[in-house]
Amino acid sequence: MAVSTAQTTPPRQTSDRAAQLRRRRYAADRRLKFFGLAAIVTAIALLGILLGSLILTGYQAFVQTHVTIEVAIDPELVDRDNPASGNYRAVVADAVQRLFPEADDPAVLQEGSRIVTNGAQVILRNMVVGNPGLVGTTFSLQVPVSDPYDQLTKGVIQRDSPENRRRLNDAQISLYETLEERGLIETRANWALLFNADSRFPELAGLSGAIVGSFYALLVCFLISFPMGIAAAIYLEEFAPKNRWTDIVEVNINNLAAVPSIVFGLLGLAVFIQLFGLPRSAPLVGGMVLSLMTLPTIIIVTRAALKAVPPSIREAALGVGASKHEVILHHVLPLAIPGILTGTIIGLAQALGETAPLLLIGMNAFLTSPPGGIMEPATALPTQIFIWADSPERGFVARTSAAILVLLGFLITMNAIAIYLRARLERRW
Amino acid sequence: MDQMTNTRFDAVTAAPHNHSTHAKVVGQDVNVFYGDKQALFDINLSIGERQVTALIGPSGCGKSTFLRCLNRMNDTIDICRVTGKIELDGGDIYDPSLDVVELRARVGMVFQKPNPFPKSIFENVAYGPRIHGLASGKAELEEIVERSLRKASLWEEVKDRLAESGTGLSGGQQQRLCIARAIAVSPEVILMDEPCSALDPIATAKIEELINELRENYTIIIVTHSMQQAARVSQRTAFFHLGVLVEEGPTDEIFTTPKDQRTMDYVTGRFG
Ligand SMILES: Nc1ncnc2c1ncn2[C@@H]1O[C@H](COP(=O)(O)OP(=O)(O)OP(=O)(O)O)[C@@H](O)[C@H]1O
Ligand SMILES: [Mg+2]
Repeated sequence: MAVSTAQTTPPRQTSDRAAQLRRRRYAADRRLKFFGLAAIVTAIALLGILLGSLILTGYQAFVQTHVTIEVAIDPELVDRDNPASGNYRAVVADAVQRLFPEADDPAVLQEGSRIVTNGAQVILRNMVVGNPGLVGTTFSLQVPVSDPYDQLTKGVIQRDSPENRRRLNDAQISLYETLEERGLIETRANWALLFNADSRFPELAGLSGAIVGSFYALLVCFLISFPMGIAAAIYLEEFAPKNRWTDIVEVNINNLAAVPSIVFGLLGLAVFIQLFGLPRSAPLVGGMVLSLMTLPTIIIVTRAALKAVPPSIREAALGVGASKHEVILHHVLPLAIPGILTGTIIGLAQALGETAPLLLIGMNAFLTSPPGGIMEPATALPTQIFIWADSPERGFVARTSAAILVLLGFLITMNAIAIYLRARLERRW
Repeated sequence: MDQMTNTRFDAVTAAPHNHSTHAKVVGQDVNVFYGDKQALFDINLSIGERQVTALIGPSGCGKSTFLRCLNRMNDTIDICRVTGKIELDGGDIYDPSLDVVELRARVGMVFQKPNPFPKSIFENVAYGPRIHGLASGKAELEEIVERSLRKASLWEEVKDRLAESGTGLSGGQQQRLCIARAIAVSPEVILMDEPCSALDPIATAKIEELINELRENYTIIIVTHSMQQAARVSQRTAFFHLGVLVEEGPTDEIFTTPKDQRTMDYVTGRFG
């Protein structure tokens, strides 16, 4: 009875019909491959367009036009013993005067002072406070030019367009051109973009406050959601009885992961700020709200990672008499760690890009210095992008794109770390 | 029911040409359920000390299920329920006051697919003694590891690479490593569930040789699908069919003069 194959007619692999069928099957193979390829090409093209347009608008923000001024810190204006309260406005006015030595028309000088950034006084003040020895000396210094002139240098404001259509009139431009001719204008890397905090003046605005704020918020988010997520996943996966209640918990965790983030923002506002009285705009609250979103992600990836550990390893450990916690902590968890870490980093990367909940808890304040701790008001990268995108100054257009590129840079780095960790750690077993 | 009683009688008394001293493991009226489905029916089987007992029978007849009752590995399956009584040296292993962790140290297990921990060879063997606190120092632990690997005839092959991963060994070596791991906690009984089914004939021969040596010191219960293997390594054989223990007796009798027609059919290859 086991040899029934002998009775069936032998397959005619060589017949025309079979050959035709084979051709059709190969054609189907090729079609499937083509559709897959087409999908990937489309996805990559879209990504390319996104990045391309961001780089096109944003690249100019990575450089900034500077003007070299000669500064004399007059001891009359700045007291060596109390440099913080000096009259830096007068120091800057003096520097502008030196910039246009032959000009005696106050109107020209006033136009000239508009070329130098409005924040020059603050820059000088910080310099002298940091080094009081500068009082009484004269030195030359590169300071950013104000935004319209920066745009002019970068070609955003075009010199040959009609005068009434541009923000700088012919007189202003020709004044600026005298500086260009004297070689005082230089365009160089805009480190302020990374190391300055926010400012009302685009030429001075930077992301350091947002980067620090995002870092604190993610730190809080990680410290809350990583241990809690792993503990919850271990309980659900290894200890919880399989019954209706655990099913309900499971469904709700999956639901939680799908809740729109703005809802978590409202929750954070109502509970953390209004009920618990935690400070508005603080990275602590931001991190707590973000952890509500990251937590379900971490629970889900951890459970998947725990489930993926081969049952034979559990049996082996149980077989030599390991108790439950030993099986989990000595054998299962170490094997699940690469998956957990990868999932966690991807969860944190999502949290890093999350905007809506942070807007709701006020992490879009205008702040000119980075937060000193998790309780102090702060912004985050995505909310900073939001603020800049909303700003009218021309310079913020490029800076918004540049900030998005910086954010994407962080995200790509985090994902690369996740991929690297997975490859690295998984090789070990 | 009559037949069951008979079988039970046979099982307990028939051991004529065996030097076995006393019954190490005794199962009485063991029933096992997976949810509503019953997998074992009133199993009565006693297993003699320091000898090899083979469990044979067609696929799905409940051999593994019975084996896993003996170290309560079935506890890990939520839907699995065991009734009846299983005694190890006269003590009920399903007694609620019994410590499962200790039971599993006394009743070791070797699985069908070699499953070394993805850790070093040394750590694989040292893990059990360490968690059970069997060694009072590094030197003693090293001694246990060496002794266990020697007993598992693996020492010569791995002594220079104890720090390498256990998963880097060949299949047969991995299985011997698993045996060493089981031996390291000084069990009294070793359960083996088709330990050679993933191995080639040469590795299989090595394991069978090893089982013959281990019989001196351990009570061994082995599930196998190979009649030849059962004949080669075991002193007694139990034949399971559809969740029922059909017959148990000295291995040569089971293979030459079985009492039950079903056993006859199975050992002569007419089904299974
Ligand atoms: N975890 C489980 N859940 C539900 N049913 C199970 C489970 N494990 C085994 N069974 C059922 O119990 C019966 C006995 O299975 P068991 O694994 O003990 O058979 P076996 O004799 O070891 O078979 P094989 O020789 O194929 O290994 C089978 O019908 C099987 O379907
Ligand atoms: Mg089995």
